[in-house]
Formats: sequence, C-alpha cells, structure tokens
Amino acid sequence: GLGGAPSAYSTTEAPNTLEEITNYNNFYEFGTDKEDPAQNAGGLTTDPWAVQIDGLVDKPGSYDLGDLLSGVSLEERIYRFRCVEAWSMIVPWVGFELSTLLARVGVQPSAKYVYFETLVRPEEMPGQRRPLLDWPYREGLRLDEAMNPLTILATGLYDEPLPNQNGAPLRLVVPWKYGFKSIKSIVRISLMDKQPETTWNMINAREYGFYSNVNPTVDHPRWSQATERRIGGGLFSKRQETLMFNGYGEEVADLYAGMDLKKLY
Amino acid sequence: MPVSDRINATLRKVPAWPLYIVGPLPGLWVFWLGLTGGLGVEPIKALEHELGQFALKLLVVGLAITPLRRFAGLNLIKFRRAIGLLAFFYIVAHLAVWLFLDVQDGSLIWKDIVKRPYITIGMAAFVLMLPLALTSNNWSIRKLGPKWRQLHKLTYLAVPLGGIHFVMLVKGWQIEPLAYLFVILGLLALRFRFIQRRVAA
Repeated sequence: GLGGAPSAYSTTEAPNTLEEITNYNNFYEFGTDKEDPAQNAGGLTTDPWAVQIDGLVDKPGSYDLGDLLSGVSLEERIYRFRCVEAWSMIVPWVGFELSTLLARVGVQPSAKYVYFETLVRPEEMPGQRRPLLDWPYREGLRLDEAMNPLTILATGLYDEPLPNQNGAPLRLVVPWKYGFKSIKSIVRISLMDKQPETTWNMINAREYGFYSNVNPTVDHPRWSQATERRIGGGLFSKRQETLMFNGYGEEVADLYAGMDLKKLY
Repeated sequence: MPVSDRINATLRKVPAWPLYIVGPLPGLWVFWLGLTGGLGVEPIKALEHELGQFALKLLVVGLAITPLRRFAGLNLIKFRRAIGLLAFFYIVAHLAVWLFLDVQDGSLIWKDIVKRPYITIGMAAFVLMLPLALTSNNWSIRKLGPKWRQLHKLTYLAVPLGGIHFVMLVKGWQIEPLAYLFVILGLLALRFRFIQRRVAA
C-alpha cells in the first residue's frame, strides 16, 4: 500500500466500494459511457510520466513524476465527490496538497490562476480519436482555491496507486467543486495572471461555469442541483440533499465572500 | 419470384400477436438486471436510458415500414400497430422510471417539465403519442374513418421530438443520439414526394 496518513479533513461517511469508484467514471478520453474508462483505460502508459510546469513560476521545467513525489508525505483524504450530473460518491483518495508542489516550484507574485492539462495520446486514449472535446482537456483554479488545504493532487485510491480510469498517475481533487473540475492524468500545470480557458466552460458556458462550486441553489439549466444520488444504493435508492460547497463550506466559504454565486456559478 | 415477394408470402403466415408477448421481454429483462446488479453501479439512469432507447428503436422501425414497402417491396404493415404500441409501452416505462425512481419528488416533476427543454420536448412527444396509442385499434379506425390517417401523422412530429430529446440530454454532441436523429429525419424525408421520385428513379 501507499501508506497515506489519516487526515482530519476526511469525512467519517462510509466510502464507496472500489468496484463502484472504478466502474462509474466520466473520462471522455476513453469514451462517453460510464463503463468505457474501466474498459478502455487499461492500455494507458503511466510510467514514465512527466509534468510540464511553466508560466509564472520560479523553477519551470519538465518534472518526472518520481521527482515530484519525492519528499511529499502522502495522506489519505476521504472526500465527498459530487458530479455535476447530480450523482455522488465517497472516495478514499491518497495524495498531497497542491500547495506543497506550488511552494516547491515557486509561484511568482503576479500569478493569479493555476491551469492544468490532461495528456493527449490518441493511440492510447481512443476517445481522443474523435473531436468530441477540443483536446486536451483543460481545467483551472483561482490561486487561492489551489492553495486551499482541501485541494490535493491524488496519486492513489484505497491505499493503492490510482487506477487508470480514475486519472492515473496524477489527478487533481477539489472536493467542493463539481467533479469535472478535478482534472485527471495531468501533464501540464501552468501559473497564469489571467483566468484560463477550461474545457466544459468553452463548450457551454451557460451550463458549466469557471467556478462550478457545488451549489444546491443554482440549478444546471437541464436539471436541478438540489439533490443528488449516492452511487451504490441500487434501483430504489433515495435521493439526498446536496450540501452547499458539498459540505466543505467551513473550509472554503471565505474564498467567495462578497461574490454573487448565482452569477459566478 | 423476387425475394421480397417470397418474404412477404412467408410473413403473411406469421401472426402479429406474439409481438405483444415477446416485445416487453427485453424491458422486463433490463429491469431484472437493474435489480440484480447487471446494469452497473448506478442502475436507475441505466434502466431509464435503456427503456428510452428501446422505445426510440421501435419508433424508428415503425417509421421504416412504409418506406420499406414503397422502395423494397417488403410488406410489414400488419406488424406496425404492435410495434407502435410496444414503443408506447417502453415510453410509459421510461417515464415511470424517471418519475418514481429517478426524480422521486412530485413537486420537482412539474418544475422539471416546465424548466428543462429536453424534458419539455420529451413530454410533448409523449403527449402527442397518447391519442395514437388510444386509437390503435380496429374500432377507432372504423369510427374515425379518414381522420384516423390524419391523426396518425402526429407520428411525424412525435418521433423526431423523441430523437431531439435524446440529443439534448447528453453532454456535448455525441454520435449515438445524433445517429438516431439522422435516421429519423431520413425516414421522414422519404415521405416527401420529390425525394420519393428521386429514390424510385
């Protein structure tokens, strides 16, 4: 096992099973059905893996994954995970705080945003052979969101290395935002002074805002976000109420003080 | 004797009524799969989508019957009522799963129908199909006379609405729902006289 240390940020709710977490994924690089990633991600080469870190940083460069992980202490973070499609899971991630990586590469004072890209490798990612999205998949956070201790880079799940369909070998996890913000299989991290373009926002800004904080009072244009269905409850599972900031308001509400979250959804 | 005539001769001996018994079986099968874990870890959406797609497939087959007769000489007219009613059965089942297993909350249902265009459109398709299902019997055909034909042209509206409903509910532009819509629109286009002349020539 990876031996991630327990964390005070973990929820006490019972995690979903590994089977549930690894067989119900949105990872369009491997297909649009929920089972496609489990079927198609097996062939992805995750070793060697390098992450390009550039933009407004003191030490830009291409970092080998092993190098990035040397010296970080892994923690287990059992987080609620809320998809924009109104389903949710409890996931026992293993990872480290993004802020430790940013500290290491030296964020310059002019940096305001962090931008991420997923790998583009159509030979191993069959979904990328069609222009379904404008590859690469892109995501971004405001710098203070990225520095929040809840924001982690995950390398594991259930104390084992991340399965490919969950974003191996390195993915972002931002538990108070809809799942699509938690970008998978990261190959580039860039510090910017302007808000970056992000994939779902580029496709449909009305439906997917840059912030995309979990918010039961702001509906998706095509469905309500007031409730969610926890995966694993079977055919007759009851919906449960969605919590503001996915229940992480105590840690993150301050980040949005004074912002109109109905406009900046 | 052309192949189509031979097929037609064989089909004349096949009754339509077994369709009413065989047709619902796939639906019962996916319901059983949903109960027993065979539809994956989130069976509600999976069941809802499966039933919706069965309905759409049957509607496509229903729309294909007239062009098949006109352009391929294949006569499947006597199965059309069963196919239409089975499609309606799957639409009702799809709707029931949405109401009782998916949305669950009665107060949210009306909100969903009014606020969400893909549901509004799906519902409109369902409402348009109601009179068609209710008049799919010999008594109604006799009673309505030529009006029956007129009424059943509602299919030309209801089916593409069903196809659009599918395109709208997925994230982004996905191939499968677009393929359904393309086939539906193609089958409808074959009803236009000038296209009929081209295909026949």
